[in-house]
Amino acid sequence: MSDQNRNKVKGDSQQTTRRQFLVDSARTACGVGLLGLGIGVYSQRAGALPANALRPPGALPEMDFLAACTRCGLCVRDCPYDMLHLAKMGDDLPMGTPYFYAREAGCEMCEDIPCIPVCPTGALSHELTDINEARMGLAVVSDEETCIAFLGLRCEVCFNICPIRGKAITLEKRHNERSGKHALFIPVVHSDACTGCGKCEEVCILEESAIRVLPNPLVQGELGSHYRKGWEEKSKAGQALVTPDTEHRYNLPEGVRYEHDGEGLIIDDAESPDPNSAIDALNRGLGE
Amino acid sequence: MKQTRRDFIKTNAIVATASVAGITIPGAKEALAAEKQDDGIRWDKAACRYCGTGCSVLMGVKDGKVVASQGDPDAAVNRGLNCIKGYFLPKILYGKDRLTQPLLRKTDGKYDKNGKFEPVSWDEAFKTMAEKWIAARKKGPKGVGMFGSGQWTVWEGYAASKLMKAGFRSNSLEPNARHCMASAVGAFMRGFGIDEPMGCYDDLEHADVFVLWGANMAEMHPILWSRLTDTRLTKPGCEVHVMSTYEHRSYELADNEVTFVPQTDLAIANYIANYIVQNKAYNQEFIDKHVNFKKTPTDIGYGLRPTHPLEKAAKNPGKGKLSGITFEEYAKSLEPYTLEYTSKLSGVPKENLERLAKAYADPKKKVSSFWTMGFNQHTRGVWVNGLVYNIHLLMGKISEPGNSPFSLTGQPSACGTAREVGTFTHRLPADLVVKKEAHCKFAEKVWKLPEGTIPRANDPKMGKTLIHAVAMHRALKDGVMNTFWVMCNNNLQAAANFNDESYPGWRNPDNFIAVSDPYPTISAMGADLVLPTAMWIEKEGAYGNAERRTQFWRQQVAAPGDSKSDLWQLMEFAKYVKVKDVWPEDLIAQKPEYADKTLYDILYTNGQIDKFPAEQVTDDRGNKYDNDEAKHFGFYPQKGLFEEYRMFNTADDKPKKGHEMADFDAYHKARGIRWPVIDGKETLWRFREGYDPHVAKGSGLQFYGKPDGKANIITAPYEPAAEPPDAEYDMWLCTGRVLEHWHSGSMTRRVPELYRAVPDALVYMHPKDAKKRRLRDGSKVKVISRRGEITTRVETRGRNRPPEGLVFVPWFDAGRLINKVTLDQTDPLSKETDYKKCAVKVVKA
Amino acid sequence: MIKSGEIGRDAIKAKGWLGAHKWLLLRRFSQVAVMLLFLLGPLAGIWIIKGNLSSSLLFDTVPMTEPILFLQILATGFVPAVDAIIGFLIVVLFYLLVGGRVYCSWVCPVNLITDAAFWLRRYLGIRGGARFSRNLRYWMLAMVLILAAMTNSMAYEMFNPVSILHRGIIFGVGLAWAVVIAIFLFDLLIAKRGWCSHLCPMGGLYSLLGRFSPLRVRADKREACNDCMDCFVVCPEPQVIKPALKGAGKGIGPVISAAECTNCGRCIDVCSEDVFKFGLRFENQIKVSVVKDKAH
Repeated sequence: MSDQNRNKVKGDSQQTTRRQFLVDSARTACGVGLLGLGIGVYSQRAGALPANALRPPGALPEMDFLAACTRCGLCVRDCPYDMLHLAKMGDDLPMGTPYFYAREAGCEMCEDIPCIPVCPTGALSHELTDINEARMGLAVVSDEETCIAFLGLRCEVCFNICPIRGKAITLEKRHNERSGKHALFIPVVHSDACTGCGKCEEVCILEESAIRVLPNPLVQGELGSHYRKGWEEKSKAGQALVTPDTEHRYNLPEGVRYEHDGEGLIIDDAESPDPNSAIDALNRGLGE
Repeated sequence: MKQTRRDFIKTNAIVATASVAGITIPGAKEALAAEKQDDGIRWDKAACRYCGTGCSVLMGVKDGKVVASQGDPDAAVNRGLNCIKGYFLPKILYGKDRLTQPLLRKTDGKYDKNGKFEPVSWDEAFKTMAEKWIAARKKGPKGVGMFGSGQWTVWEGYAASKLMKAGFRSNSLEPNARHCMASAVGAFMRGFGIDEPMGCYDDLEHADVFVLWGANMAEMHPILWSRLTDTRLTKPGCEVHVMSTYEHRSYELADNEVTFVPQTDLAIANYIANYIVQNKAYNQEFIDKHVNFKKTPTDIGYGLRPTHPLEKAAKNPGKGKLSGITFEEYAKSLEPYTLEYTSKLSGVPKENLERLAKAYADPKKKVSSFWTMGFNQHTRGVWVNGLVYNIHLLMGKISEPGNSPFSLTGQPSACGTAREVGTFTHRLPADLVVKKEAHCKFAEKVWKLPEGTIPRANDPKMGKTLIHAVAMHRALKDGVMNTFWVMCNNNLQAAANFNDESYPGWRNPDNFIAVSDPYPTISAMGADLVLPTAMWIEKEGAYGNAERRTQFWRQQVAAPGDSKSDLWQLMEFAKYVKVKDVWPEDLIAQKPEYADKTLYDILYTNGQIDKFPAEQVTDDRGNKYDNDEAKHFGFYPQKGLFEEYRMFNTADDKPKKGHEMADFDAYHKARGIRWPVIDGKETLWRFREGYDPHVAKGSGLQFYGKPDGKANIITAPYEPAAEPPDAEYDMWLCTGRVLEHWHSGSMTRRVPELYRAVPDALVYMHPKDAKKRRLRDGSKVKVISRRGEITTRVETRGRNRPPEGLVFVPWFDAGRLINKVTLDQTDPLSKETDYKKCAVKVVKA
Repeated sequence: MIKSGEIGRDAIKAKGWLGAHKWLLLRRFSQVAVMLLFLLGPLAGIWIIKGNLSSSLLFDTVPMTEPILFLQILATGFVPAVDAIIGFLIVVLFYLLVGGRVYCSWVCPVNLITDAAFWLRRYLGIRGGARFSRNLRYWMLAMVLILAAMTNSMAYEMFNPVSILHRGIIFGVGLAWAVVIAIFLFDLLIAKRGWCSHLCPMGGLYSLLGRFSPLRVRADKREACNDCMDCFVVCPEPQVIKPALKGAGKGIGPVISAAECTNCGRCIDVCSEDVFKFGLRFENQIKVSVVKDKAH
């Protein structure tokens, strides 16, 4: 073999090696890319939290939470009530992440929130120091047809167990049209106070709970970003937002008042003396 | 959770990537919802743009854009609440297809009726228009025409009235309120001699019984309905009677559902009066002191073209002159309307009718009757309005808290603009009419114009000058009217009988149609010149609602592009017409100095309207507001126009009292004031001593609109509808509105959320009727009348449940013009169109 | 053909069974001890360490965070709390010192499975199968981080057999057994040492960490090598041995400096000539051996 030839062969084999390298690299990249796509799609599917699974207090919004949770289970370890679980493989939850089902056991709302400080990453936000500010979910009276309060039965178990008593769940008293003589005590949930602890769902006395705690995004509507509640804006500001209304004056007969901001027209019932009333008779005196 | 800018950008980028990849990322949306930032928002009040309820709203402006809104918590009408349309108010300003420059149909650079729209300057637009108008006016007062609106602001209506009646010396001015309130007006004038309800919304809290006569308040007056509902729920013994030709959402509250055969409301009202008379339940003392009995000519036709067989057959077409009768004669006229007969005619079970009659006849119950289009859009609208007044007057249940016959309005300023400043062909401001010489003379004096400027109804030189809305379209078709200016309404979509009358009239080659509109509506499409309009709070404005409440607002934002308010357009256009162009010599001879002046000079710079200098508009906290009109004209035209208008009801020699308004500045401070305003005090119930300062002490009650202070009970019989169903066209068609859309939908259909909620007009139909025609819910069908057809889909389970033999189609849908199907019939007295009754067939498409 | 049982026979002969399995036994002890330490809390209530290998807390004070998780969190754009950062630094520092892949051979529970698969493969004489580049793990590592950035979540954690297995043992198994079996079968039937030595991105990351670690296996007595090849057979990353053992002629020092070496010490066990020992990375001069070579 001449030198020339040898050189040529060498050059060829170098070229071949480079080409081979490029081909191999592309092949690997493709393979790994495909695998990544598969894992990505799988993780998106498997990453969805079922509607009734709730996160521990302080959990970041689900997307951030999934980015931050290392799935170490420290929060689960430090829950004194063992109501938190770590999702096992095969569970219908993002694997390894902490959750609880309100119907099984709700959060007991420990004052010191032990599950939070142990979270290494802040997936459970360390900024949450007052458990009353937690928003694990939101209770919603999901079935007014079976909730016995709507039937007029005196239950109020959810109202009574609620840790934010009288604020997160209130009872709205309504007339019972059917019996005509009784009041209904209707549970009404207030999102400004409900922490989503799940105790109400846990204790609901029905076979299937008529009150459910669900993640806030599943339950809560959102007012159009342009819209404000006029009455709230006014009370926040402490006064009318715009030029206050002038004093309205009305043409009115005697014995009639008009409350502009209140009842409207008020007709004072002139107290007509009742001929059969002893007091009226005495008050009338002898003068007449 | 606070988001940093970086987070936000990152989230956006990921969402964008993911959406390209088709992956949804849970939670991404929540992260994007930024916190509401209310810093730097300037809040100010305004009256809601839509219906006659007259809710007050607060609009939040930042960086020259309306960014936020809320119901006005201090407003007496709505106390911070809104309906779903009001909720979306800011969005009506920002539709993507706002018109921003004048557009003229042109070919090869010249105006051409069949040309394509091309942008032109305002100057070119008005020059072209003025040329057409001057030429058309030379043919006579009906050569020109203007079609305005109950959605005009008060001063726009007033400025238009001056331009037409005094400037062009033409009574060819009509508002769309003709299609809406004219029957109510007619009945007010005939019954009481003065327009607008005697009661106010406080009746909603004080009545024991509510009767809806052809009003679906649940959807059309949502906030009033919630007040009525609350009274029903909280007041012991309160009951609600709902009358309609089909079941609708107001039936949800009904204690007594009265679904009657179309047109038989005439018989039902007479039956109730008959019941009261037969049982001697009437209030004899009240009748003796406050009521006259009258009868009206019958067999008056249906307001169709005179050549129509129905008109030829009518004995007294269009007649309405009243003649006096006795109580006994009145009682006799009621006798045919027995329970038996009425039940059979109307299809209403006897017990329902009787229950209704008893509610009216019970002296212990306060009854408020409400009605809107079911009553007004009626070929016997004036009659049937009057028949309900009859019942209230028989019982004396009127003009006091809770006892109120109450005509509601559909438009935000049907009362404030169309009626009060008189933009009807026959009216002048403050209830004055062109039929009365004294009224014309008074108006000419206020306007500082020579006597005889305003065309009289039967003008010695010009002949008959009155022309109502439906007649205008006929005149356009016939080539009698050659220029037509439509402002602030969607006339071509709204007028009945599109195929045979409206459209041919608009597209008649002899005619020049101008449409002022913020959006490319059906009307704009049919026009030759489109003028882009500043809408609602893009200008300073005022509306008057159905309870006589006048509300003002300041200009909040600038209109987009070259859009200008209707007020600007009216006044600016007046600069393009000289007095000598349109006035005859003998009139100019009275004021020779006018000859070379423009209409603008004599109408709007008369020392009254230009009296108030342009000033920086501010509120009490120093916020500044623009006033584009003041800036342009160099004076404060809104104030000048309002104050001149006010002279009609403050001048010592005013022909009629009872429309007194507060001064301009008072309204900018108050959340609406109910007229008459006397010594700064507003009036809640008119004609009642104590409540109404016009009523003399000791008289208890005075219907002072009539010379003798007495109201009229006017007997009128049942007469059949113009076009009942027959073998071929076998169903009644009723048209109307839905909660989510306002009128023709030109604003609300541009709010994506509202459009999504109710995208298309469906034909509501009884399931049995559908089955008979082998149709199902969602079947594609044609609704066909003798005049035209539309294609739509069947709805048998929706919010409206017609009885067998009737279908309902809303008219908001520009994609399905139901007015191709409707008949241009009117009440011969009020000239108001009846959109509620014509014959159609429904067939599979 | 090398029959099972033959491997390390010389070493057993030379050092006794215990001597020839010293590091293996220590390693197994370490792997089990780590597991037991984590289980002591939940089983016996003695909380020395809490959590799992992903993140844990030693004596309720010292945080530890798995580096690949930490990097994934960063890739999602989330800035984790201080504990996680400290935990990450502690773990990284530790493995920088002792050798990155010490994790793989001394701590990782998956190693037990893959070693078992390897043993059985050898026992059954299964040969061949898929061959991957050993650089695949770095591609995998890049993919894991890109995936985290793209999906904004730790997508790989839905799949990572290491954390799944460990969490499964400590917090309840669930379907984690399926992962164990899958990895076992993969290594047994599809690819020799397929997971730990080729694919595992954690191994990739720890390899990177081990690049500069001072603790290394050294073939100081490489001249004593009798070419029995036992070390090559047992080594999970045999390519790392060759330069140190046979590179004297090419001027390569005796330290097994390749980052992929797991410091398992199995080569020390099986060498009857005591060629290998643990030592430091430094003093990797070749002159000693070169001189010796020359002397021969």
